[in-house]
Amino acid sequence: MIALPATGRPSRRRRAAVLPGFGTSAAITSLVVTALVIIPLAVLVLRAASLGPAGFLAAAWTPRARAAYAVSLSASAIAAIASSLLGLLVAWVLARIEFPGRRLLDALVDVPLALPTAVAGLVYSALYVEKGWLGQFLVPLGIKGSYSFLGIVLVLVFVSLPFAVRVVQPVIESLDRDTEEASRILGASRAQTFLRVVLPAILPAVVTGFALSLARALGEYGSVVFISGNMPFRTEIAPVLIVSRLEEFAYAEATAIAVVLLVMSITLLVVVNALQQRLAHNAQ
Amino acid sequence: MVPLSPRMAAAAMFLLASLAGCAKQAGETSDPLTLLNVSYDPTRELYRDINAAFAKHYEQEHGRPVSVKQSHAASGSQARAVIDGLDADVVTLAVWPDVEAVAKSGLAHPDWQNRFENNSIPYHSVVVFVVRKGNPKGIRDWADLNRGNVSIITPNPKTSGNGKYSFLAAWGAALAAGGSEDDAQKFVAAIYRRTPVLDTGARAATATFSQKGIGDVHLTFESEAHLEVDESKGDLEIIYPKRSIRVDPPVAVVDTNVDRRSTRHAAEAYLGFLYTPEGRAIIAKHHYRPWGIDPPPPGKSETWPVIDTFDIDFVGGWKTAMKKFFSEGGVFDAIYQPGAENE
Repeated sequence: MIALPATGRPSRRRRAAVLPGFGTSAAITSLVVTALVIIPLAVLVLRAASLGPAGFLAAAWTPRARAAYAVSLSASAIAAIASSLLGLLVAWVLARIEFPGRRLLDALVDVPLALPTAVAGLVYSALYVEKGWLGQFLVPLGIKGSYSFLGIVLVLVFVSLPFAVRVVQPVIESLDRDTEEASRILGASRAQTFLRVVLPAILPAVVTGFALSLARALGEYGSVVFISGNMPFRTEIAPVLIVSRLEEFAYAEATAIAVVLLVMSITLLVVVNALQQRLAHNAQ
Repeated sequence: MVPLSPRMAAAAMFLLASLAGCAKQAGETSDPLTLLNVSYDPTRELYRDINAAFAKHYEQEHGRPVSVKQSHAASGSQARAVIDGLDADVVTLAVWPDVEAVAKSGLAHPDWQNRFENNSIPYHSVVVFVVRKGNPKGIRDWADLNRGNVSIITPNPKTSGNGKYSFLAAWGAALAAGGSEDDAQKFVAAIYRRTPVLDTGARAATATFSQKGIGDVHLTFESEAHLEVDESKGDLEIIYPKRSIRVDPPVAVVDTNVDRRSTRHAAEAYLGFLYTPEGRAIIAKHHYRPWGIDPPPPGKSETWPVIDTFDIDFVGGWKTAMKKFFSEGGVFDAIYQPGAENE
């Protein structure tokens, strides 16, 4: 779905004609994609379809389910925007600034990918409750980071930040500094240089980072259930409803909710991807 | 279609061969025997001890070494895993509907309940209260939960067996106190309005109450309450309400799997072991109440606290209860309908 922006790094293998054995690689690729993506998705849609249109709506479009989609979508969108902005900053610092501990910071960015997200949810919620390390100062100020919508956003930023950083970082590294220098010499201010020269070049990557963050956040379950409090109509995310229906062994109803979530994610990704391509086109 | 090149054919052969290899490994039965007990979250510590004792016992009796592996997660998802193909020899789950679902899928005999004593329920527990040290809110019985600013921790009954039992305990307690169905409904609604967090599983709720300090009272199984209180090192204590629901976690042999793997003898002996004096003593040590007369006490000088219990039939039996309370649009969902808070 997402076209990764070219990093500009010369590929070591570029000289070789093409990948050897086109037939073999094509066969393996289609086998892998079919087995890992297409078949499971087809089963999902088929199971949901077994309900018929009325049954599907009754399962997937209740007031409570709609409230849960709204929570999932809005929290994910806010988190993806926050991740993109923070990610841009972190990527810039890592790519451009030499400072002691940079390598350590660089490695730490990937930690959210390796940490079981349930652990992140538990730790975050313990930090922000009224008696927690941070919560004891924040809760009296009216900032509730646990068992609230804010808590959901916090963990979603945590799980999605690596995507936002890692997509943008190589693009910044590959930027031609001479262009920036030229811009300054020709009399542009720092802000003008950033907005007119740097930003157009990295914006497609930032948008890709946003899309990956959004997709990651929409599907997240493990960390959110520990911090959201799961209150229906307020902090209940759609995946919790799926689990509730599975507990009743109502597979088809559960997959109906999953299909709605899937359609929403795919639509968002297609839109963002189109935007990204337009930006990339304009930048050239 | 890409023409089949020799390389491609070789790649396909390799894939097929590795798939075949996996299949062969999974189907093999080997000496020594291994059993897989698929259970739910809180029994991890119990079955660790049971498995060690059973292995010794079985080898002495039958001269064949056996090792029992255990798998733990939320009861409902464990049932689904077995139905979807997890190779369990026995299931020891939290609630009757989960074992029944395994049987319904054809993996266990429809008559599974009558295979072992006491409807295949080797031990019980009860739903009790855990409160903060010194019981500052003075919580003694169910009615105290709906007083003042008491706030309650219990997991979501739709996703947790522990949560289901707490819900049913509250409902039954209201009925047993002479209330009508309407009174019971008002009482459970009041309880969930005082529940600030709906964790999806029992252990998450325990962490919310004991580690994060949320809530004044935590509703949970007696066995879990003991673990929680021991871990808190004096910060928490257990309160026994006058009456509560009896928790009946059933066990069953997964017939299809044991016949295919030729492990029936060991699997049946394993569940039977839970009813032997040795098995009962281990069960009691973990604060589950062994079934039968003169249950061994939890510790040498301890006795089981007396508590009036009612069972699932008092609140309508599992089939009715699942539908009435926990299905989509049921009593539990109604508590959270918009506008319900103003009633």
